[in-house]
Amino acid sequence: MGFALLVLIWLITLVSTYFFVAKTWWLPAGASAAAGWIDHQFALTYVIMGIVFVAAQLSLGYIVWRYRQTPKSPPVAYTHGNTTLEVTWTVLTAVLFIGLNLMGSTVWASQRFDPPESGAVQVEVTGMQFAWYFRYPGADGTYGRTKPSLMDPSAGGEAAVGLDTTDPSAKDDVVTGTMYLPVNREVDLSLRSVDVIHSFFVPSLRFKQDAVPGLNIRMHFKPTAIGEYEIACAELCGLGHYKMHGMVHVVSQEDFDKWLAAREAEKQ
Amino acid sequence: MATPATVHSHAAPQGFIRKYVFSLDHKVIGIQYFFLALTAVWVGMILSLLMRVHMIWPNAVWPVLGDIKPETYLALVTMHGTIMVFFVLTTAPQGGFGNYVLPIQIGAPDMAFPVLNMLSFWTTFVGFVVLLAAFFVSGGAPLHGWTGYTPLSALPSAGPGEGLGADLWITSIAIFCVASLMGALNFITTTLDLRAKGMTLMRLPLTVWSWFITAILGLLAFGVLLSAGILLLMDRNLGTSFYVPLVVVNGIQMQHKGGSPLLWQHLFWFFGHPEVYIAILPGMGVTSQILSTFSRKPIFGYRAMVYAMLAIGFFGFMVWGHHMFMSGMSPYSAFAFSILTMCIGVPSAIKTFNWLGTMWKGRIRFQTPMLYAIGFVSLFVSGGLSGPFLAQPVLDIQLHDTAFVPAHFHLIMGVAAIFGIFAATYYWFPKMFGRMMNETLGKIHFFITLAGTYAIFMPMHYLGMAGQTRRYSQFTEVAYLQKLIPLNTFITWAAIITVSAQLIFVINLFWSLFKGPKASDNPWEATTLEWTTATPPPHDNFAGVTPVVNHGPYEYGVPGAEKDFVMQTAPASTPAH
Repeated sequence: MGFALLVLIWLITLVSTYFFVAKTWWLPAGASAAAGWIDHQFALTYVIMGIVFVAAQLSLGYIVWRYRQTPKSPPVAYTHGNTTLEVTWTVLTAVLFIGLNLMGSTVWASQRFDPPESGAVQVEVTGMQFAWYFRYPGADGTYGRTKPSLMDPSAGGEAAVGLDTTDPSAKDDVVTGTMYLPVNREVDLSLRSVDVIHSFFVPSLRFKQDAVPGLNIRMHFKPTAIGEYEIACAELCGLGHYKMHGMVHVVSQEDFDKWLAAREAEKQ
Repeated sequence: MATPATVHSHAAPQGFIRKYVFSLDHKVIGIQYFFLALTAVWVGMILSLLMRVHMIWPNAVWPVLGDIKPETYLALVTMHGTIMVFFVLTTAPQGGFGNYVLPIQIGAPDMAFPVLNMLSFWTTFVGFVVLLAAFFVSGGAPLHGWTGYTPLSALPSAGPGEGLGADLWITSIAIFCVASLMGALNFITTTLDLRAKGMTLMRLPLTVWSWFITAILGLLAFGVLLSAGILLLMDRNLGTSFYVPLVVVNGIQMQHKGGSPLLWQHLFWFFGHPEVYIAILPGMGVTSQILSTFSRKPIFGYRAMVYAMLAIGFFGFMVWGHHMFMSGMSPYSAFAFSILTMCIGVPSAIKTFNWLGTMWKGRIRFQTPMLYAIGFVSLFVSGGLSGPFLAQPVLDIQLHDTAFVPAHFHLIMGVAAIFGIFAATYYWFPKMFGRMMNETLGKIHFFITLAGTYAIFMPMHYLGMAGQTRRYSQFTEVAYLQKLIPLNTFITWAAIITVSAQLIFVINLFWSLFKGPKASDNPWEATTLEWTTATPPPHDNFAGVTPVVNHGPYEYGVPGAEKDFVMQTAPASTPAH
């Protein structure tokens, strides 16, 4: 029985570890400035925890087999513990866990404590059951007023976010259902929700933030590779949660300007 | 300290109803809790199976059920989580085994407040019935998940099931909170006041420590959830706006303003994080008890184990914010929550080292309770090590609300806790019912369940890393998720097999209940007080005799002793601690 347990525990350990090491399923390729840092911290955590995982499981399997009761087993070691050992592994674990945590905190700080770089492109993201809308403030750099009483999700676009067209700063606001961003330029994001909590998750850009009704959450990030990236809502928001999907198109600055100009032209 | 005799005044009941239904006997109440949890776990497990099959075959039409709609899937998500967390993981280890075993292990004739004990069981029962009723009302069960994030859970128009179903859901939880508060008071008082002569705190079995600490957590946590739930009911029905700001649902402006959705999350997780320790601490206790007994060796580092559990309980109240790194909470507070969460990993590691140290140089016997205790250690390690990933806000940017999270918590506070319940069942069944369970069936059940558990939950880590979002009823609408369907199919098949294997447990349980070989008073050659009394124990546990304790709870392999174990009640002259 001890041997069967050893085989099972070791097998589980080796098979699980194989798929982690072979990276059969892995993080999608990162396409933002923070991706390198985040992936580095992930890899570091993963190597350390992986070593602990393998060591602990292999020891467990070995111990249950090695100390199984047989007619020839020696008497057990009558011990109630060892204070030196307790102190040693307490200190080691504390240093390891807390040290690891502190290493990751600089990335977090640079992302969340600092304001966006100057010249960032402004985009407002609005979540509602079950769609994302993106608003660009236009040449005046100011978002026009929105009013809850004007919101009409069935109409889509400007009406969905309740844009008050009587407001002068609303004149050049562009509202779309697909997000366009220029590559290598920071994005100054405002996140809003009109009904329940949604979460704006773009795995390839290593970006996730809940959109909370009543709050206007400012975030920033910088896409670094041209491409199309999927948005998946990451907070349970109702029956259509699974299809609250969107696309981010990261394009060159030139293409971005052309796209935005075309949207402005459509509006006139 | 009140003497047990003065507290325990109720005589053995005569009629069927007072003996088996509205019983004051902690042993009967413990068994009632156990069977309530057994019923609940089957309901919860079937719901999870329906979820798994729907994810893979979203358009299938099933006999009897018909097709499962996305909102039905989310109702399954809500009810699975709620049933499992409250009516299984809180009910079985604490209400069930804690109730049955704790008074006997401390040498008491009953709980301190037998009537309160009966009341807490029947209140829990009512809570369960109210929860199940949500399935049968118009609109069905709520789709907001077991965490019930507001405003989704506060607005009847936010989705199907958010009407009467959601009211029943929150009412059921409120009822459960009241029941748990009664239970917690009883456990704490009993442990402090009814210990037999010589049963000092440092002679308490680690199981008693775990139930005691769990009760303290319950007392502090359930009160907050109860209040939070009442506020939610008021938002839903009385027009208050604790949790709801000005929102527009489907183009219609709601009559709320000024509330904070994050307030609910803070209150909920202030309960919710201690709750995971409420689920797992009793499993730690029973694992310690069993590893020592079946290794025939004292527990390694008894004091360290007690301090570790106290530290887990203490830190458990200061880490709730780690569920909210992506919520819009201040990023500065994420720092504090993150460091404190890492701190809680330390006592957890201490426990693991001590479990390995207990088996080290032992003489391990592989009866089924021991297999489950070993499985608990393995799962605790596997589930625990994904904790330091999720504890880092920067990694949560990628991992929060992906399949990585259910992989983590299912391994550790879900299935590890269930392994604790299995270990406890196989271990105390002989004492509770006077018969042995079948060892062969027990072993087959163990090997399939351990392998199956890993086959289900290990791949969820891979899915989470690849970005698979939680609570998606199907993966057809997002291109990168479609690529993950084959791995999801594997998980579903693993779940089907593992759930089916649980029939072996049920067959073993009921067969042994009636046909199992008669159990002796101490079949495992264990040392704690429940093994000194008759099997099953008489109404007042020790037939009028109050035990006197002279030794620690885990005196195995004592050099110079007559046998390889020394009972806690052995004469003081016996050479043991």
